[in-house]
Amino acid sequence: MKIKSQKDFFAGLMFTLVGIAFAWGATTYNVGNGARMGPGYFPMMLGIVLAILGLVVIFSALTIETVDGDPIGKIAWKPLGFIIGANLIFGVLLGGVVAWGLPAMGLIAAIYALVLIAGLAGEQYSFKASLILATILAVGSYLAFVVALKLQFQVWPTFISG
Amino acid sequence: MDLINNLSIGFTAAFTLQNLIYCFVGCLLGTLIGVLPGIGPVATIAMLLPATYALPPVAALIMLAGIYYGSQYGGSTTAILVNLPGESSSVVTVIDGHQMAKQGRAGPALAAAGLGSFFAGCVGTLILAAFAPPLTELAFKFGPAEYFSLMILGLIGAVVLASGSLLKAIAMIVLGLLIGLVGTDVNSGVARFSFDIPELTDGIGFIVIAMGVFGYGEIIANLSRPEEERQVFTAEVHGLWPTKDDFKNMLPAVLRGTALGSSLGILPGGGALLSAFAAYTLEKKMKLKPGEIAFGKGNIRGVAGPEAANNAGAQTSFIPLLTLGIPPNPVMALMVGAMTIHNIQPGPQVMTSNPELFWGLIASMWIGNAMLIVLNLPLIGIWIKLLSIPYRWLFPAIVLFCAIGVYSTNNNVFDIWMVAIFGVVGYTFIKLGCEPAPLLLGLILGPMMEENLRRALLLSRGDWSVFVTRPISAGLLGAAVLLLVIVLLPSVKSKREEAFVED
Repeated sequence: MKIKSQKDFFAGLMFTLVGIAFAWGATTYNVGNGARMGPGYFPMMLGIVLAILGLVVIFSALTIETVDGDPIGKIAWKPLGFIIGANLIFGVLLGGVVAWGLPAMGLIAAIYALVLIAGLAGEQYSFKASLILATILAVGSYLAFVVALKLQFQVWPTFISG
Repeated sequence: MDLINNLSIGFTAAFTLQNLIYCFVGCLLGTLIGVLPGIGPVATIAMLLPATYALPPVAALIMLAGIYYGSQYGGSTTAILVNLPGESSSVVTVIDGHQMAKQGRAGPALAAAGLGSFFAGCVGTLILAAFAPPLTELAFKFGPAEYFSLMILGLIGAVVLASGSLLKAIAMIVLGLLIGLVGTDVNSGVARFSFDIPELTDGIGFIVIAMGVFGYGEIIANLSRPEEERQVFTAEVHGLWPTKDDFKNMLPAVLRGTALGSSLGILPGGGALLSAFAAYTLEKKMKLKPGEIAFGKGNIRGVAGPEAANNAGAQTSFIPLLTLGIPPNPVMALMVGAMTIHNIQPGPQVMTSNPELFWGLIASMWIGNAMLIVLNLPLIGIWIKLLSIPYRWLFPAIVLFCAIGVYSTNNNVFDIWMVAIFGVVGYTFIKLGCEPAPLLLGLILGPMMEENLRRALLLSRGDWSVFVTRPISAGLLGAAVLLLVIVLLPSVKSKREEAFVED
């Protein structure tokens, strides 16, 4: 059997697997019956519905002709990695990781790291330009979020502010 | 006159200096971000939501509503000047608006969009004020079975009227409902699907998902495409005012657009996008006057009609939210989230328990619309400058605001890890051709649906037939089935696909 729409096939597969996972997870809770629903009842029902919908999507992906096979196309690893990576490093620097013994470095350091790393996701990269942008955003965020809106942030690294 | 009485409560609540300032700031920020291509109202509101945490509830909602109109409005500026729709509801504005800009008539096009939207906004606000009280009365007659059926109708309506594959959209809703169930079950106190992570027992925040899927997912997808040449018509904007002929052509189009938009906006899943599409189709069907420019070549009606319709639709889509507590589209789903953060449970009781908030919000809609027209036409030069900022400068800033936004929701780094996960998930959705908007609706409605289903079945002692034996509930379910059947009819199906294909 040939896959006629690659996108739909994998989308259907995703729905089916997630549906089964939720329905299976729901069995660990008390399911109960209609009149006295347990915490597992609704997720179980929805999980089964999602799995069935997924199967129908898979079926249609295998039967309905498409013009070009609806390919998923290349995965953009570079932007994916740098954007998500920048976000993770922002979190690590902002809050620190107790388990690794990393102290919190504060908002300003986190902003510089995020902007410098996220910039790598684009096609053209200039370290100098990113540095300027990071400075603008750091000053701007400090004024907007910390001074004006008074949101709670640790601004400077722990070893400076104590 | 209840209407006038109510509106005066609203205007006294909204017309404080503080609220006016928040409304202004909201409109300004919304336009600012809405002008940037590729960032729609959902991402804009999600990004700016944290900025409203510290405000009192009325001010916060007024500001959010301002952000919503602003981003809606900013989108049409981008559409006309750069040939890129800033968000989905201005897709049709691009067609004629950009042609006008090319012919050096960007000014009249922008003015038509602005004036049309303002007029539609005024009418939409009045309709909202007039229809909200009777609908609220009706809502009090609803039992759990009716609410459950109404939500089914709302969700079905949302996917039927949206673009893309129907089946996948329904699957996305169910997925959203399931994700919405993560966390502590209110009845039994059991923490479901939380994997013993304490943060997950509170559920997965909708902000985390909105930012991950709509923010990060979109950015990654945008970056994977080569940066397109953007032509900005900077020099050509001179003379904002439309000519007398323009006005003559515009006026009926604005009236038709407003009527269409206000009625479609009330429907679940309607709102701005559908209204704009429908209005453009209607204008195209109207006969051309002798000597009038053809559609697709820069006809001012093709700008004024859809713009009026999308603004009217944006306005009236507040009706189901404010009266029934059911969000008809993802933007309203975000508003529900914002209200819950301020301890307001949206629904029919808001009007009686918080009249200042309810009518203040409605009054602020009108104020917001008036501010936009004051703001947009004179400041157009600034928006144009913004448009020429290259994407490589923008996206790191967007990533930063998303990260700061999710962190400040709970001041917990855990949310930053979650948004990373949902960024990857969002990119996967885009790659697999799954529209993420229905997921957000399901997410908000998940716990509500479960609760109403549970209550309905408890009252009927487990008898499922309660949904069809109660007349209102049966009617709502019947409407949902009818919608599905209509859409699946072969003739409508091909029309629907046609309507959402760009031409």
